[in-house]
Amino acid sequence: MMRLLRALIIAFGLLLSWQLVVWLTEAPRFILPGPLLVLETLCNQFPLLMRHAGVTLAEILLGLLLGTLLGLASALSLATWGGLRRWLLPVLVVSQAIPVFALAPVLMLWLGYGMASKVAMATLIIYFPVTAACFDGLRQTPSGYLQLARTLGAGRRAQLLQVRLPAALPAFGSGLRVAASVAPIGAVVGEWVGSSTGLGYLMLNANARMQVDLMFAALLVLAVMALALYFSVNLIARRLTPWLDESTSSATRGYTP
Amino acid sequence: MHWQQHCVFNNLDLTLPSGQWTSILGQSGVGKSSLLQLLCGIADEADIRGTIHCSDGRPLQGRVAWMAQQDLLLPWLSVLDNVLLGARLQAGKVTKEQIEQARYLLSQVELADRASDRPAQLSGGQRQRVALARTLFQDQPLVCMDEPFSALDAITRLKLQDLAAELLADRTVLMITHDPLEALRLSDRIQVLQGRPARLSETLEPDGAAPRAIDNAEVLQHQARLLKLLAEEAA
Repeated sequence: MMRLLRALIIAFGLLLSWQLVVWLTEAPRFILPGPLLVLETLCNQFPLLMRHAGVTLAEILLGLLLGTLLGLASALSLATWGGLRRWLLPVLVVSQAIPVFALAPVLMLWLGYGMASKVAMATLIIYFPVTAACFDGLRQTPSGYLQLARTLGAGRRAQLLQVRLPAALPAFGSGLRVAASVAPIGAVVGEWVGSSTGLGYLMLNANARMQVDLMFAALLVLAVMALALYFSVNLIARRLTPWLDESTSSATRGYTP
Repeated sequence: MHWQQHCVFNNLDLTLPSGQWTSILGQSGVGKSSLLQLLCGIADEADIRGTIHCSDGRPLQGRVAWMAQQDLLLPWLSVLDNVLLGARLQAGKVTKEQIEQARYLLSQVELADRASDRPAQLSGGQRQRVALARTLFQDQPLVCMDEPFSALDAITRLKLQDLAAELLADRTVLMITHDPLEALRLSDRIQVLQGRPARLSETLEPDGAAPRAIDNAEVLQHQARLLKLLAEEAA
């Protein structure tokens, strides 16, 4: 209850200072619109905003899905085959020196103005964090678990799937959280470089036409979408690792027969 | 056996009579755990030259149950599934009889009502009891225990020693420990591992049935002698 109240007060304070800046500087509406005007635009242009938001959301979700699956598969292969690890891991690390944003125009050229190039951007931008987090998780299985699994007669496959993979789930969860927070960046940058739909396109277009209020409204929708995405992924990650919540709260729970 | 270019032991001859509890006493770093891991087939980084003979003529590989100092319960599995871990890892699934057997073993370690809890909800002593149930579930001809009770407080340790002595009676057990009292309470035979490269002392066979009382005069006398022996080594 207190937390909700605090969040409301912070939000109200920020909006108030925004309005104060507008009043004090007497900035024209095409330079800095006040919060009320942005809200009004948000309501008036709601169907338009939602149409573009839908496209961006689809791009983000597809990118998240593809990037996560590819990252997970890469991490599993790297952890399983030592030869692959020695050849591919240096390439992967060096490839991170190339800024993904710099690739956006080329992706546009190859995959066209449609959704494919934006999905590819989002996929590329989250692929490495997910791979790195999963791979680290798979590598850092406590050696005692593996020794125990071997005395219990577990083969390599059973060790990987039943011991190393579950032990890596907390690290995978962290990778997913990072992915959820950077995937929207990938999609929006992709839309900036070239597209005819999506919130990124709408923002750029509104900016060029001095419709700064519409730009802010689109930004607001994007922020809400990114936050919702992060919290859903956080919830999924916690569902994947229920034992982590228990171990932190067990100290206060005590024994109940 | 060599480990990281350093000779741990040489010409070591250890006999484990079947159905008896043998304990090996020694200081930290003398090579106790290496010896145990060698028998369990998990001493990867070691260079081993030697042979293991079993009285039934079959290889020992894969027929040892290992219980470590840490309980090594997998935190994402329930207590029951941790006991069933061997079956889960080997076959991928468990039969009804195996579940019944696991529940029976849990009731023997007095944790039947905690079967569906996760390990994080249990205390240290309870967790080690689950590890004991898991070891019993494996039902292997040789049980190897590596300081299984050393992470527990004194009272919990005594209770668990009694429980282990009761449940592991008639089994072939090899226990590694640095606590003479623990060895004297539980074992049929005690040997001290010392020196560099390490050698085994002659066997001490305490009288009476395990678990022996902590105030047993003979136990106390032997304890003093063993402590002195280990202290000499340290000096």
